[in-house]
Amino acid sequence: MRLWQVAEGVAWRTLKNIFTNPSLLFPSLIFPLFFFAAFAGGLSRVSKVPGFDFPSGYTAFQFVFVLLQSAAFGGVFTGFGIARDFESGFARRLLLASPNRSGIVLGYALAAAGRWLFTALVLTIAAIAAGMNVGGGAVDLFGLYALALLVNLSGILWAGGVAMRLRTMQAGPVMQMPVFLTLFFAPVYVPLGLLKGWISAIATVNPVTRLLETGRGLLAGSPPHVLLAYGLGVGLAAGFLAWAMRGLRSAEAAG
Amino acid sequence: MRSIARTVRQPASFIPPLIFPTMLLLVNSGGLASATKLKGFPTDSFLAFALAVPFIQGALFSTMNAGTDLARDIQTGFLNRLALTPLRGSALLAGTLGGVIVLGQVQAAFYVVVGLVSGVDFHAGVLGILVLFAFAAVVSLGFGALGSFMALRTGSGEAIQGLFPLLFVFLFISSMNMPRNLMEIGWFKAAASANPISYLLECVRSLIITGWDGQALALGFGVGVAIAVVAIGLAAVALKERLART
Repeated sequence: MRLWQVAEGVAWRTLKNIFTNPSLLFPSLIFPLFFFAAFAGGLSRVSKVPGFDFPSGYTAFQFVFVLLQSAAFGGVFTGFGIARDFESGFARRLLLASPNRSGIVLGYALAAAGRWLFTALVLTIAAIAAGMNVGGGAVDLFGLYALALLVNLSGILWAGGVAMRLRTMQAGPVMQMPVFLTLFFAPVYVPLGLLKGWISAIATVNPVTRLLETGRGLLAGSPPHVLLAYGLGVGLAAGFLAWAMRGLRSAEAAG
Repeated sequence: MRSIARTVRQPASFIPPLIFPTMLLLVNSGGLASATKLKGFPTDSFLAFALAVPFIQGALFSTMNAGTDLARDIQTGFLNRLALTPLRGSALLAGTLGGVIVLGQVQAAFYVVVGLVSGVDFHAGVLGILVLFAFAAVVSLGFGALGSFMALRTGSGEAIQGLFPLLFVFLFISSMNMPRNLMEIGWFKAAASANPISYLLECVRSLIITGWDGQALALGFGVGVAIAVVAIGLAAVALKERLART
């Protein structure tokens, strides 16, 4: 019970901060929209490359990448808030006041999910307005958003773990650069089969590639390796949960 | 000298403008290599096509560097103390922009080396590379002055950092990853054509993949000089107001 009360309080405060402060809300909302516009709008001709075989078109192809990217960065941006809480001294008071400190991590994770769901809603409306083709049914779409939610959870647990260890806003690049690189070392612009050379080698072993392929398949209505993708999603989230909890212990030890 | 020394002493000022655009170049050139198979694509090397991007992206970082440094001088009161000396405003602005231009030349040299090491053939030859350095100076001057103007108007480093995403929008809604004649979506093509960044990119790109293209050079230098003239004018007026207030 205490766990849930702490989580609810932290999540409510974080969401209130985000939704009442445009400088916190807009970057995580605008960036995905503008990546979507730049990729789906500027690069649509790439779908004419011989061998490009995604049935729902380039807008849908890019939508899934941007959706997963927004999920990951929704988590990372929430991680910035954790670092800010430590810098301002609020997090120390929170640690003192919480009867169950695991609830703090859960609260931030709930806030990251709430923030991302709003971004996902706006992004989806923009994509539909842009004429995106959706081949998948309701179950497929639910699966796509559930997969993205796992990415969001991984993002906040990773960034939260960093924030609780370093406890400064200067840790921002450490939180976002690995996420940025991992996402872009996947088949962002063309399917994996069309990648050549070193990027193909990296993309083949990059777990984000499988998430992306399954996500795109769900949107098109014919998802490949679903179990593998969800297994990877759950595995990443579990791994980063351990990372975040150890970060919490590190913050507790630092006093 | 202070502007240059400050940049050299702070790795965070010059390492990200070198590393981040290079990483984006490598990622994009790997991911979009197959785009060169499109009919009408101007080169068979996407790396050569995309090499223009870090030159301009680096210049956008100049905006941030110049702006953040000047904003810090305002916030710490250094500008107030300078105002008490006989130093002329134009000398202060020239000094700040001098540091930005030096950083721009270092960036240009770095990206030329990255291109040469990666096997990019600069079609305009050695003379073209020299023109590239001249263009980098013009663009750094322009964007550095823009950053200085923003700093003088707002007096806040945080406000300058907040403008960074806006500059990135200009970069992404341009011919950064696709020639304008191959863009399919009408509104995007129109936005890219109205975006001055497209002409800066195409100027650099022409020297790398085409050779000597008078129109691309004239448009690129024209846009670069226009940005520089307008930005320096705005920065000079803002500096005058800022010094009058102190």
